[in-house]
Amino acid sequence: MKHLVIAAGLLALLPASHVALAQTAPAPAASTAAPAGAVSANAVAAHYAALVEAGYADTLAGAKALQQAVAEFVKSPSADTLAAARKQWLSAREFYGQTEAFRFYGGPIDDANGPEGRINAWPMDESYVDGTSAKPQGGLINNRKFAISKKTLAAQNERGGEENIATGWHAIEFLLWGQDLSETGPGERSFEDFVDGKKPNADRRRLYLTTVTELLVDDLASVAKQWAPGAKNYRARFEKGGQESVRKMLLGLGALSRGELAGERLEVAMNSQDQEDEHSCFSDNTHRDVVNNARGIQNVWLGAYKRADGSAVKGASLRELVAGKNAALAEKTTAQIAASVSAAEAIQAPFDREIVGAKDAPGRLRVQKTIDSLTQQSKDLAEAAKAVGITKLVFDAPKK
Amino acid sequence: MTGKRFALALLCGSAGLGIGFGISAATAPPDDEKPGGDTTVFATGRNAFSFPLANLSDEERTRFVIGNSFFKRNWVEAPASTTARDGLGPHFIARSCGGCHVTDGRGEPPQIRNRLGPQEPSVGLLMRLSIPGQASAQAGVVPEPVYGDQFNNAAVQGVKPEGSVVIRHTPVRGRFADGTKYTLQKPAYSFGDLGYGPMHPQVMVGPRIAPQLIGVGLLEAIPEADILDNAARQAAAPGPVKGQPNRVWDAFAEREMLGRFGWKANVATIAHQSAGAFRGDMGITSSKMPDEGCTTTQTDCLKAPRGAHGDGPEIDDKTLAQVVFYQATLAPPARRNPQDAQTVRGQQLFAQAQCAACHRPSYMTAAGPFPALTSTSLSGQRIWPYTDLLLHDMGDGLADGRPDFQASGRQWKTPPLWGIGLIKDVNSHERLLHDGRARGVLEAILWHGGEAEASRQQVLKMNKAERAALVKFVESL
Repeated sequence: MKHLVIAAGLLALLPASHVALAQTAPAPAASTAAPAGAVSANAVAAHYAALVEAGYADTLAGAKALQQAVAEFVKSPSADTLAAARKQWLSAREFYGQTEAFRFYGGPIDDANGPEGRINAWPMDESYVDGTSAKPQGGLINNRKFAISKKTLAAQNERGGEENIATGWHAIEFLLWGQDLSETGPGERSFEDFVDGKKPNADRRRLYLTTVTELLVDDLASVAKQWAPGAKNYRARFEKGGQESVRKMLLGLGALSRGELAGERLEVAMNSQDQEDEHSCFSDNTHRDVVNNARGIQNVWLGAYKRADGSAVKGASLRELVAGKNAALAEKTTAQIAASVSAAEAIQAPFDREIVGAKDAPGRLRVQKTIDSLTQQSKDLAEAAKAVGITKLVFDAPKK
Repeated sequence: MTGKRFALALLCGSAGLGIGFGISAATAPPDDEKPGGDTTVFATGRNAFSFPLANLSDEERTRFVIGNSFFKRNWVEAPASTTARDGLGPHFIARSCGGCHVTDGRGEPPQIRNRLGPQEPSVGLLMRLSIPGQASAQAGVVPEPVYGDQFNNAAVQGVKPEGSVVIRHTPVRGRFADGTKYTLQKPAYSFGDLGYGPMHPQVMVGPRIAPQLIGVGLLEAIPEADILDNAARQAAAPGPVKGQPNRVWDAFAEREMLGRFGWKANVATIAHQSAGAFRGDMGITSSKMPDEGCTTTQTDCLKAPRGAHGDGPEIDDKTLAQVVFYQATLAPPARRNPQDAQTVRGQQLFAQAQCAACHRPSYMTAAGPFPALTSTSLSGQRIWPYTDLLLHDMGDGLADGRPDFQASGRQWKTPPLWGIGLIKDVNSHERLLHDGRARGVLEAILWHGGEAEASRQQVLKMNKAERAALVKFVESL
């Protein structure tokens, strides 16, 4: 009789565990759930691909919502439609920021044909695109001899300099908010800049905004396509890459941690204390950029991502891979990455005020804490890479 | 050293052919997989040239990113509200260093039959000017009396641009020994819409493309004795290769030094190169180069407002130092697939054609010239730049007829080959040689004349597979 009860108990368990698996993630991730403490490089690479797919899908959806709001604004410019477009921009950026962890290894976003420079290049020389307070008639918008199309704008982007930005998130941001001329808040462009008769070349301004938004959607879609499941694309090759794919994952995390986020986005601003050195300087949204970059790194490390619809992507992770070789190091890295996210979340808006002041100004201390945590985490990541047999990165493991 | 490397390479080659027994020696990477030694980064893609030395310290990484921010910043016309970066012009060809050295990579010439005019942002091709005569010890050239030592196709408001550059091409046709035809494009340069009257009838014009910047700190750290030794060995050896050093004035050392940088090795240090480029390309003055390049004829240029520092330099010493440090610490990327069978075959052909006579593969670095503007991470590294850093007569086809310090109108410095294969990734083109006339490695080889004619003849005799292997090897560096 006892064995029947046990058998019944076991049978009762099985359906429940199936349900649990089905709820955690879309199909690919479910298949990568591995026995405790033993994940393979291939499993980690495969789950990463699913995570990347989800990240770009959410970003693309956000960009399309932005496109919709831009269309409404351009059709009937008003304070309300402008506010709605700005809201969609901010909302979409929450997802894009997390995808920056997928950069720096020549993947679809930044290989030889990658559109990263068209999508997110900054800082902008505002006078390249539109009039500014110093040069009101300047920029491509005010030059009626310049034909505005996706093709011409893409060709003008970064032409004659990395600051000659014509396209992407920050060109859109500049058009929606205008120059940040205020010490206390973001840019205050009036919707009237887009109304015929209120400002010169309003018609071209509307066309420019529509065109760059469409180009952004196109570029994000092309990257998302490379990460789609079941196609003959980058993802298909990446999933079979084993150790080499893991190397790429780590390269992206390390380069974003130290070079890009701690360095370009925080240290440069701290050094110059200049409003222009802020990632999203028109909208004063930089504090969110920092948080989302830090979270994006954490997502990849933990193999966990919370989607726009609230569902969770979860599966075989770098953390587990490293823990299989050195549990203490994996935990140390996990803790450091979490500390960076916390430090980033503590940075107060607006960012361009945080960086101002003497060395011990509270805002500067908050930013410096984030820099220090990110710097340490890049070293931990290099050590973690070494623990799983990877040494070919862009930064050294610290010498003991 | 060479013998050992080839033995290893051949072993790797046979493993690559599919025997693959997993013998550890056969899978060990070759010595030169890391062209920068410990400084090497394993990078490809758009950012391949933009990483700092892999072994840089934390504090130096901070200096690197700060230097980068000034390297890519657009400088603006004075007067401006952004006083940290004003003083562009009055004459200029680019608004930032990154405007020509795009993502630390190589500039490209404009499309065929295009003009580089005042509305046209520079694409990384600058035009050096001079006239015949006795140059001063510090200048190395006699500037054209009205237009100076460099042509500027752009200007700030209220000042005339110097004019436009006109480029025309004529085809140069040839054939490989196996009958395959090729067509090279030979550019001819002239000027139009001159803003300040006619040019001197004997003006000498030197077109110069912006080269990629990886590894310049390492090149600066090659001991001078090694470069002079290259010249001595070549002089003593039989054959046509007779490289010569250039000796040039350096404004930072305030003395004559061995030239290493520039297409005719007309600059000794990164510091001098940077200050010279700020002044010549952007009109940004510095303490070592305090005068704008306006000539006495260009009165509108002389009267134009200066940057918001009164009579002081438009870039201060501290900021310039950061920009110099940034460039000195740009890392060379690792070789791609060095053990690929075709690449290994190409390496054998490179040796067979005597390419290494000028493209010397390797050195051990010492230290850069100015401790505050370099990093100890650059020292004591086994590097693989593939250049002897000497001047060579490259024949009629490539000559620009414009001497520079001790370089003749027919001589060119052997450029480093590292990173060439990644220019496609970083800059979406592969325009090579001093003015970007060569479309790819094979065309670059076909332009080799003068001292390199014998090597070119060797390549002409190669069959299609051999040519492909040779190109693959060079592109793997």
